[in-house]
Order: sequence, then structure tokens, then C-alpha cells
Amino acid sequence: MRYVADWALNVAALRGASYADVRVIAQRSRALTTKNGKVGSASDAESVGMNVRVIADGAWGFAASADMGRAAVEATAAQAVAIARASAKVKRENVRLAPEKAVVAEWSTPYTIDPFTVSVDQNIDLLLKIDGELRSVAGITLAESNLNFNREEQWFVSSEGADIHQTKLSTGSGYAAYAFAGNEIQKRSYPNSYGGQWQNKGYELIEELKLVENARRIAEEAVALHQADQCPEGTFDIILDSSQLGLQIHESIGHPIELDRVLGMEANFAGTSFLTLDKLRTLRYGTELVNVVADARQEHGPGLGTFGFDDEGVPARCTPIIANGVFTGYLSSRETAHTIGETRSGGTLRAEGWNRLPMIRMTNISLLPGETPMTLEELIASTDNGILMQTNRSWSIDDKRYNFQFGCEIGWEIKHGKRVRMLKNPSYSGITTEFWNSLDAVCSRDEWLLWGTPNCGKGQPQQVIGTGHGAAPARFRAIKVGKAFQN
Amino acid sequence: MLRKDQAGDIFNRICKLTTADEVEVLFSGGRFALTRFANNSIHQNVAEENHVVSVRTVFGGRTARASTNTFDDESLRQVVRSSESLARVQHPDPDLLPMPNREEDADSADKSARTTQAPSRYFEQTAAITPELRAEGVRKIVDVAVKNRLTTAGVFSSAESVEGIFNSHGLSHWHTQTLAEVSITMLGEDSSGWQKANSPDVANLNPVQLAEVAAQKAIDSAHPREIPPGKYTVILEPSAVLDLVGFMFWDYSGMAILDQRSFLSGRIGTKLFGENITFCDDVAHPLQSGSPFDGEGVRRQKIALVENGVVKRVVYARSTAERVKRSEYADKVGPISATGHGFPLPSEVGEMPLNIVFATVGNPQTVEQMIASTERGILVTRLWYIREVEPFEKMLTGMTRDGTLLIENGKLRGGIRNFRFNESLIHMLSNVEAMSEPVRACGEESFDMVVPAMRVRDFHFTEATKF
Repeated sequence: MRYVADWALNVAALRGASYADVRVIAQRSRALTTKNGKVGSASDAESVGMNVRVIADGAWGFAASADMGRAAVEATAAQAVAIARASAKVKRENVRLAPEKAVVAEWSTPYTIDPFTVSVDQNIDLLLKIDGELRSVAGITLAESNLNFNREEQWFVSSEGADIHQTKLSTGSGYAAYAFAGNEIQKRSYPNSYGGQWQNKGYELIEELKLVENARRIAEEAVALHQADQCPEGTFDIILDSSQLGLQIHESIGHPIELDRVLGMEANFAGTSFLTLDKLRTLRYGTELVNVVADARQEHGPGLGTFGFDDEGVPARCTPIIANGVFTGYLSSRETAHTIGETRSGGTLRAEGWNRLPMIRMTNISLLPGETPMTLEELIASTDNGILMQTNRSWSIDDKRYNFQFGCEIGWEIKHGKRVRMLKNPSYSGITTEFWNSLDAVCSRDEWLLWGTPNCGKGQPQQVIGTGHGAAPARFRAIKVGKAFQN
Repeated sequence: MLRKDQAGDIFNRICKLTTADEVEVLFSGGRFALTRFANNSIHQNVAEENHVVSVRTVFGGRTARASTNTFDDESLRQVVRSSESLARVQHPDPDLLPMPNREEDADSADKSARTTQAPSRYFEQTAAITPELRAEGVRKIVDVAVKNRLTTAGVFSSAESVEGIFNSHGLSHWHTQTLAEVSITMLGEDSSGWQKANSPDVANLNPVQLAEVAAQKAIDSAHPREIPPGKYTVILEPSAVLDLVGFMFWDYSGMAILDQRSFLSGRIGTKLFGENITFCDDVAHPLQSGSPFDGEGVRRQKIALVENGVVKRVVYARSTAERVKRSEYADKVGPISATGHGFPLPSEVGEMPLNIVFATVGNPQTVEQMIASTERGILVTRLWYIREVEPFEKMLTGMTRDGTLLIENGKLRGGIRNFRFNESLIHMLSNVEAMSEPVRACGEESFDMVVPAMRVRDFHFTEATKF
């Protein structure tokens, strides 16, 4: 593929681009679903193409093509330069890129079992077995399950000399059981809602998730929710399980630290951020127990935000975001690093595919586990009057990322250190910094899981990409509960 | 751009490569370009061209799909092989129907409900938009911002697209369309305003006018004050209406009834909304866009979904209609027939109406007239991050954004801090006091529709945010 990149880089230089990079990408995906005892969908997809990103006259241009013949590639490069010159007609200042050492490198996701080598028969049998377990519970009216595998091979070549070949692999699976009765639909999901658990791993993830083993319990909980009491409204201490806490991190830390949002680049769609530049190293984001990193390195784990290099050739990095409760860092790119006084990019520029412009995206934004050994059961035992909430059901946050409201699938009332009753329709709400400043306990490493969020949307045209979020269950004091169902 | 004759050639090549009982090929794609601006400057500017061919094969009641975006012989051989190998290992689906043929398509379902042919949605002027023209449009928007001491962010995009379907029973359809879109946010120190519009014909867009309205909203909502949450009369501009009501249309589906996930379960034929709520699905409406056939190539019909608050029926893909006819719901859901709203097979979600048109009921009022007759209320320009909290009462949560203003004694009285709402769609559509003429509207949380602005009483705001 190097020759494709060379064709494009040569034309970009001849047309006057001061910088250019080329990404050639081949993506493959497989999606299998079942619903109520039948295969719901079965599809394979392949997409191949290239793009050219250039700076000309101090402004950006980008063009992409599925045709990788020489004429089409050269025309695409020329189009990118022409677009950049049009951009330059409405600019305030020239684009500045933080320096980055150009590297020649190979990187690929470590895995044990290539999921594309596992027979479709075997996959469908697994999903139908889960489906059977779910529907064996009286009262289940809808059972859905899914398996997803993705591979992306990318060649990144820049006019500065970078030449990086990278292959990423991801696997995801999950299921949901619905119970409709009277005027109510209740639902339970495993291992997480909205597609389950996803990681940059091979088929070994599926074997680790114990999908079949948990199906009956999940279905029974969905039915039992109909008999459960409504979650009360009021102020309570709450414990969030690690998957819900992962989404809380995503929405109320991950998005506000995106530097492009902070600088107003997303104002028309995704929004801006309350984390204005004056808050760096001055804002108390949370209590001393709140330690958050943005870590794309493999040693952080197989998250959907794990890679060798970002989409402008910056090696995976770990950036401290919140240290002992103090806000310490943003997600940045080569273009934006200088705005926070950094001399290097934070390495977070990523694109959905070959036809999309890379932009600042979350990598793995994780709350580090507590250092004092503590299991979830021990955390519950130390809670006098609270509510444990598990598995996200709804999520919403304002466009500066202050006010949020989350609903969960199931709640458990805690009295004097014990779970005393199941609660349906639990929800909680708050203001981001007030919430993180109410955290008083985080479980330790044994309870920490690196969750994958496969559906994070941002940008115009919108791009959907996967992000990772490590979390252990944690407790928050005096949180507003139940506003969603207030009369 | 891929032409129909080229697609036909690809289809013929695929037919020669497959051993399947039946084969169906979908085509989609086109050219797309978008100029994005922020801080009064163009900061992203992109263009792409891509076409996808998606092959569905059938072997004895087993079906599956594979797609590719490269059309050389080896790629087509590979995509056929992928589709066939996936299909062969499926379990036979007793509900899978033979693919429709040309005659069945012509005869499809209820002729009394048949729409006229949709108007052309391809405009040369839109297809010919260049990066320079988009930059010129952005320049004019920035000029409005500078004149008003504001900064602006937004997009100006243009596209030409194709959708096509061919199957081995002789059915073929081809649809081409253009679309231009402008979205503008104007930002003041502590306020913002927003406008967005799109159309197949760029001549229908006026970026400067949109910019002026967005700027005025930013100015009018400056220095927002906090007022307590509670139940308020709200005037929802069309984009806000669209983004809310869009959350219910997944449920106007035969498959959703079968799956017992629809809030219409047990409610079809009942009066669920106010007397003044009437809407249909009509791809041929002059303000609508999109292709006139569904994922199996069945022509989309005009379907009355709700009349005077009464839920009349839902839409159906072919196999869903047959399943519902055989089900316990057969006499509880109104007319049952394939309506041309199916998604490409195989699909676990079945079908959905995507060309919603609200009717003008009574005496329509402009937003200005609604404001003038409101003693105390809130004008909502735009909503954001809407999610379903409870599926059967269709309880939704979300935030106001980019122009939330207090109304007192028939006049706008300045900006207020944005609210979070928790509101049932059933409750909301039962409390509509006034409506404007429906217009083509677009938002961010749902698909484009023809909807009115609405004045709604007792809309429930549960919390305020910090700005």
C-alpha cells in the first residue's frame, strides 16, 4: 500500500501542501444477532479506501476515495489541496502542528483466537443457547443476543516520513431479556446493556464472559422487577456497579476533557465544555480518591481505546486527567497541544474509518481502583442506608457536561450493610463536579473492569467509535435519586 | 456517481457468480462534502465518494447478507462467497418469503392508500456545489456573527446519493437525490442561538437568514437567569418537536407489536393523544425526502398512523404482515398489509415509518402568535441528548439548548438557564394547545420530518443546569 500513499503525497506536495498524510484502510466486520429463538441478522461487511489530509495556505483539506487506482488517488490528493485552499478563505490563523518524531513501525492487537476463524455455526449455536436460557424463564417476552467482530488494518504515511502499519481487532457480545406485563416493560442485560462487553481482543473474550452461565439469572431478574418496589425519590448514598460507573466516566469526564470541545470546535453539535482552560491544574474535580487517566497503551488493558499509534502517527500515551481529585490534563492532538502549553500531542486523534477525518476522541478513560483492598460486598457492608444501581438503561447530559441524569436497569436498597429489597426504575442525577466530589469509596483492583463503549458519537459528519473505561464499583454520598419519575 | 446501468451490470455479474435460489443486491452511496466552521473560521473541510454493494442470498429458507465497496471481479466473487457461506449455515426461517417480483411490487398491498409518485429529489444546482461556494456561504454567516459581536460554529454540506435494488425475480428500483444542509450556532459570552435547515434543493436554503435568526436568539438569551424547575407551558419550535416525537416511531411497527416492545401494544384503535394530533407517513409529500421503495423494493405507501388522537395502525414489511395476520394480535391492530416500510433483510427490527408528516389541524398559529397569547411560558429552540427513560409511557429525558427564553404576558423576557425535562410523549401530545403550519424540520436526535411548532401545557422540567 506504500505506493498508494506515495502517489497521493507526491501530488499533494506538487500542489503546494505544506503537510500531508495518507491513511489506507481495510475494514472487515461480522455481526450476528438472535431474537426469540431465531437468527435476527447475519452479515459480513468489508470496506476499503484511502484518504489524504493536507495543510495548504495554512488551512486543512481532506478528501477520501474508495477507488485506489492511481488516477483516482492523485485526483483525491488534488481535491484535498483544493479544499484546503477554500478553507483558507475563512481562517483566522494558520494551523500549527506540534512536532512529532516520524516513526516507521508495525503494531497489532494481541489476541489468542482470531474471531473470524470461529465458525458461524459455533457462534449461532452459542447465541441460540443463550436465547434458550433466557426464554426458559416464564414471563420473558423478548430475548435478544449479539456477537460482533471487527478488524481494521491501516497504513499511515506522512510527508514527514512516518510509515506505520497497524492492525486492530475487537470483539463484542451481550444479550438482553425483556418482560412485558400490564403497562410496564422491564429489561435486564448482560454483561452490559446496548451491545454487552467489547474489548480489543480475540474470541477469547467470549469465553471469558460466561454468557450462558449468567443468562437464567438475568432473565429471572427482568421478570422479578415487575414485583419490585419503585425506587424512591430523595437523597441517598448510591453505589454504582463498574459498568454504570464506566458510562458515568465517559459522559462526565471523558467528553468534557476533549480539547476540541473546550476550544469551541464542537459547539454546533456535540457541544462545548465547562472545563475552560483556566481550570487546568486549578479545579478540584473530585475527592482525593478520584484518580483518572487517559491511557491508550496496551499495558492499560485491551480497551477499545487501546492502540499503538493514533491516526496522526503519535505513539499511544498515558495522560493523567485527574490526580488526587485535581484536574490535570486534556485530550489533545498535534493541532491543539499548543493551546495548553504542551509541546507534544496527547495522541488521541482517531477516525471511524477511511472516509472520515481524524478528530480528538477518548482513548481509555479510566478511574483507577482504590488502593485499600475492598470488594463490592465489603463496600455494601459498610453502607448504612443506600441504593446499589446496576447496568445502564438511559443516559443524558447537557452540552457543557454539567447536569446529567442516568437510569439503571435494577437497584437494590441497602440497609445497615445488607441488600434488603430489589428496586425498579432506579435513576440518579446531579452536577458533574459536585458528583465526583461526593465519592468516598472505590473498590480495589479485583473489582476493576475495563469496559468497552462501542457507540460513542461525535463530529459532523458524525463518527461512531469505540472507547474504553476502566472502573471498580464506587460509592457517592447524598445523591439526588428518582427525579426522572417525579410527578 | 454510480448510474443505474452500471449497477445493473454489477448485478448481472453477481447473478453469474451465485448458486443461490434467489439473490438480491442493494446499492447505496454517492458523493458527500462538508465544510465545518467554528470560532468564525473554517477548521474542517472534507469530501468523499463511496458506493456499497450489498448481496443477499437465499438457500431453502436460509438467508444472509454481505457487503463490499469494491467492484472488481475478485471482490464481487468474495462478497457472493461471504453471503452464501453465511446463508448456508443459518437455520431455515419459516417466515422468510420469496423475494418480491415486478408484478407483486406493482400490485403491492392496498391500492386505495397508494401515493402518487414522489417528486424528483435531484437538483443539479445542489450537486454542483463546490468547496468555494460553501466557503462563500460560511463567509456570509461569519459576517453576521462579526456584525453582532458573536462567534459562530456550524456546517454547510452538500451531497448527491443513490439507492438501488435489483433481485433475481426481475424487480429493480433506482433513486437519486441531492441534499444541502446548513446548521449554525451563534455564541455570545453566556448565551447561544441555533438554526438548522436542509433541502434537496439548495435554492430553498438561506444561510444568511438562518444566521440572523440564530444571532438574534443568542442576543435575546444573553445573561440567562435561573428560574425554578416545574411544569411550564412551552412553545417548542419544530426542531424540538421533531427530536421528541422521533422517539416513538420505532414503535409504529408490526414487528414491535409482535415483540411486545411497542408502547402501542393494546392501544391501537384507542385515543392516545389529543384530538388535534393527526399524522401520517408519506414519502411523496413535497417537503419530504428519501427513496420511494423499502429494503425489499416494495413501494412505500401513504399510511395514516394517527387521526384526531386515535392510533389507527402501524406499518409492515412483507413477512411481518404475514406473521401478524397469523398472530393473536390480528384483530387488534387495524389494517394489516405490507406497506413498503421494511428494512433490508435479514432484520430483527422489521420496519419503521421514516417519512412523517403532521397535519394542519384547526387554525394554525405562528410562533410569534403563540408567544403573544402566552401569559407565562418558555420558548424552546432546540433539545439535546434525549433518551428514553421508560418505554411504555414513552417517558423521555433531555436538555434544552441554544436559545431558551422566558415568556411573560405575551412577550419574550430574556434568557433562562437550560432545563432538564422528564416528560411522557403521550402526556405531551395530549396537551398541545396550539400548532403552527407544519414545515420541513431537522434536528440532531431524529430523522427529518414535516412537523409544526407546538405550544404544550404542563411540560415537566425537573432540574436546571448551570448555564
